[in-house]
Amino acid sequence: MAQKVNKEISLESASQYFFNGMSLMVGGFGGVGAPPSLVNLILEKNIQDIFLISNDTGFPWIGPGKLITEKRVKKLIASHIGSNPEAGKQMQEGFLEVEFVPQGTLAEKIRAGGMGLGGILVDVGLGTVVEANKEKVLVNSKEYMIETALTADVSIVYAKRADRYGNLIYDKSARNTNPLVATAGQITIAEVEEIVPTGSLNPEEIVTPGVFVDFIIQSKGVDWKWVWELKRGTESPEGQHSK
Amino acid sequence: MGLGIETRHRIARRAALEIKDGMTVNLGIGIPTLVADYIPKDLHIMLHTENGILGMGGSPAQGEEDGNLSNAGGYPVTIHPGASYFDSATAFGIIRKGLLDFTILGALEVSEKGDIANWIVPGKRVPGMGGAIDLAQKAKKVVILMNHTDKFGNPKIVKNCSLPLTVKEGAHMIITEKAVFQCVNGQLFLREIMNPYSVDDVLRTTGAAVIVDEKVSVFQ
Repeated sequence: MAQKVNKEISLESASQYFFNGMSLMVGGFGGVGAPPSLVNLILEKNIQDIFLISNDTGFPWIGPGKLITEKRVKKLIASHIGSNPEAGKQMQEGFLEVEFVPQGTLAEKIRAGGMGLGGILVDVGLGTVVEANKEKVLVNSKEYMIETALTADVSIVYAKRADRYGNLIYDKSARNTNPLVATAGQITIAEVEEIVPTGSLNPEEIVTPGVFVDFIIQSKGVDWKWVWELKRGTESPEGQHSK
Repeated sequence: MGLGIETRHRIARRAALEIKDGMTVNLGIGIPTLVADYIPKDLHIMLHTENGILGMGGSPAQGEEDGNLSNAGGYPVTIHPGASYFDSATAFGIIRKGLLDFTILGALEVSEKGDIANWIVPGKRVPGMGGAIDLAQKAKKVVILMNHTDKFGNPKIVKNCSLPLTVKEGAHMIITEKAVFQCVNGQLFLREIMNPYSVDDVLRTTGAAVIVDEKVSVFQ
C-alpha cells in the first residue's frame, strides 16, 4: 500500500500550468516564504494579465512584487502594498485594480476556499469601508459580514521540505500564508528547499498533507534574505501599523 | 515621524509602562519595535507577530540571522522558550478571538471618541490596512503611538476623523511626543505631558475636546 506517487517535476515543465489571464495565489509574507523560482519562471514565460491573490506585494524585486514591477498583474487582492511603491503607483495610474482585504480575513477567505467552504462570517471591519457591498447576517443577535471564499487557477507556495507525495513541512516564520494557499489552488505547485523520499517525514510534523499538492519542484534558492539587509538603518520612523 | 531619537525612545519607554506581566502582546514595527527594549526583563510577556510567531524574542547577533525567522516587518528576530510557529490563519485567529491583551498602532488621525484612521489617504497614500483593522478592533488594549501633529502642524487628534476609519472607538490610549491621553467612554483625558511640553502647548495643538486631569504629571 506504499504511496508510489512521485510529484516532482522539473522547474521548466511547471510552466505548462501557467497561462495568460490566470488567477494566481502566491504564499509568503513580505516576500519571506514566497517561491522565487516559480515567480521567476512566470516572468520568463511572459505570462500576462494575472489576477494575483497574495497577502501583500512584497518588495519591488522580491516575492510576488516582481510580477507587479514587470506589469504582469492586472488585478490584485491583498491586505497591504505599502512595501512595494510600484504597486501603489500602478494603482494610482489605473493599470492595477486592487481590492484590499483585512489580513486576517484574507487568510480565512483563502482557507475557506481550500477547505471547500463557500465563505465565512466575519465582524472585522464592521463600521469601516470594508463593509461596502457586503451581505450581512445576524447570528445569535450578532452582526457579521459574509466573506466569500477564495480559490485560484494556480497556487504556488514555498516549503522547507517535501516528500515525493507532496507532504509539506515549512520553516519558522516562512510558513505564514503558505499552508493556506497550498490548499486553495485548482493546481498547487510547491517549490521546496529539499525533496526527501516518501515515508521519511514524520507524519506528526507534516503541515500540508500531500493530497493538496499537485507538483513539487526543487528550489533554486531564495531571494528574500536581503529584505532586512536592505532595510537595516533605513527603518521607517513612523510606527508602521500593518503587515 | 520626523522625531529625534531621544523623543522616539521617550515615547517607547512610556508605552512600555503599559505592558504588564503575563500579557500577550503585538508590537508593530518602527517605534513600537523600540518598546520591546523597555519591557522590564523580569516580566513574562509573549510577543505575537502577524506572520506567525508567538514568543518572539529580540534581534539576533549580527551574523546569526535566520532568513526564515523574521518579524512582520521582515527584520530578523529570535524566539523565547515556549515559542510557537503557525500559519497566518492561526496568527489572526489569536487576534480575532480576543487573545491579544495589548497592541500598539500608528495613526494618521484619532478622534476624541477613539476612532482610528491609519491605513489610507484616498488618492494619495494607499498602502492597505494589512492587519491593522483586525488588531484595532480585537486587541483588548489599543495604544496609539504617533506624532502630535502632521507635517504641516495640523492636529492629528481631532473631533472627528476625516479619513476612512480603521476602527470606531478602538483606541484606549494615545501617546505622542507631547502627551499621554486616555480614551474613556467616548471622552479624551489628558493624563500626562511629556518633557519639555506644557499643557497649553498640548491643548493648542490638539483638535479635540480634552478633559485635563487635575493632576497632570510630567513624563521625563
